[in-house]
Amino acid sequence: MTKQEIEKNVELIREISGCDPYKCMRCGKCSGSCPSFNEMDIKPHQFASYIINGNVEELVSSKSLWKCLSCFACIERCPRNVEPGKLIDAARQLVERERGGDHLQAEDIPELLNEDVPQQLLVSAYRRYRR
Amino acid sequence: MKYSYYPGCTLKNKAQDLDRYARLSAAALGFELEEIPEWQCCGGVYPLGTDEIATKLSSVRALNHAKEQGQDLITLCTACHHVLKRVNDDMKNNEDISTRANNYMQLDEPYKGETSVKHFLEVLRDEIGFDELKSKVVKPLEGKKIGAYYGCLVLRPGKILEFDDPENPKIMEDFIRALGGEPVIYPYRNECCGAYTSLKDGGISQERTKLIFDSSSGFGADMLITACPLCMYNLNKSEADSKVPVYYFTELLAEALGVKEGE
Ligand code: SF4
Ligand code: SF4
Ligand code: SF4
Ligand code: SF4
Repeated sequence: MTKQEIEKNVELIREISGCDPYKCMRCGKCSGSCPSFNEMDIKPHQFASYIINGNVEELVSSKSLWKCLSCFACIERCPRNVEPGKLIDAARQLVERERGGDHLQAEDIPELLNEDVPQQLLVSAYRRYRR
Repeated sequence: MKYSYYPGCTLKNKAQDLDRYARLSAAALGFELEEIPEWQCCGGVYPLGTDEIATKLSSVRALNHAKEQGQDLITLCTACHHVLKRVNDDMKNNEDISTRANNYMQLDEPYKGETSVKHFLEVLRDEIGFDELKSKVVKPLEGKKIGAYYGCLVLRPGKILEFDDPENPKIMEDFIRALGGEPVIYPYRNECCGAYTSLKDGGISQERTKLIFDSSSGFGADMLITACPLCMYNLNKSEADSKVPVYYFTELLAEALGVKEGE
């Protein structure tokens, strides 16, 4: 990414999420609450600093994008209203809004099915993994 | 009393028990669920992006229909509940989203979040009352130790959902008490079960559901109850040794009210 592209993406993440990463005080409460902490390479308390420091390329290629459960624990508990779960969702959307950025293809679904899969699981995954 | 009712796609399919037992119980308690005609799927997850409008419109349609009927809107699936309550909050308090959604909708009168969205459990607590519910119980769940599994979506974010204290909820425990059962309070009752990641990769939900079962069984629960079809799925797929049976809360309700075998 060029410097300009990085700046544009930082701006986009702030716009889409509606969150202010500069308010983060790195208290770690979000990471302490996160059920996917062990699975993530970049941890919730680091999301804000990756954005502030312009490390967007690392953030959007992070596997954390696909490990966040949107459980809203960090959003409930962040004392500074940074709401890191929204920041990571916005980063995920940067990826998904690009051509070929989807994390789930319609063709893949038949082999992921079993007879118990609730409709809710399909639509939720479809909504979170692609745009 | 009549309510507009938004069942959602899962309750018409894999989670028919959640719906059926709710309707039987509502009839026994003297209120009616009037299904919204031609409702559309809410999408299962709330679109978090501030610029996502189209994905919120199916919820706005349902909310506006309830407004036109002059009824409160009831949901059972915690995911539908989450989405409808949050979109309603946007329509009431987020001018940008509200204006843009109304521009799409072209209603005679713009929708501004007038409808009150209630979870079935909130109706039991706030309108019927748990004391009244208790008096209607004919088959109390005596001797049953029941763990409430709340999951995430019905509780958080607490400021918007306003369902119960998101860190120390008690509505489902009070519900269990009203039915004559013994609630088991355990730490993981409001921790995520793995949510939608189980479609592509069951690893996280296996880990999460093991924690949930170890925790609830450790505190003595013989069974869990839930209001979420996805929690039900993830919990049922768990390979934990500490696994206990999981029921929809409406099934126990119908049983206690003596209407389970009806219809
Ligand atoms: S909880 Fe909020 S303030 Fe604390 S580290 Fe996480 S994002 Fe930053
Ligand atoms: S919303 Fe995502 S980042 Fe936040 S605690 Fe839940 S899984 Fe972790
Ligand atoms: S939450 Fe679910 S079940 Fe409910 S309508 Fe929406 S997607 Fe379908
Ligand atoms: S599936 Fe479970 S964890 Fe998920 S939303 Fe239902 S409540 Fe949350």
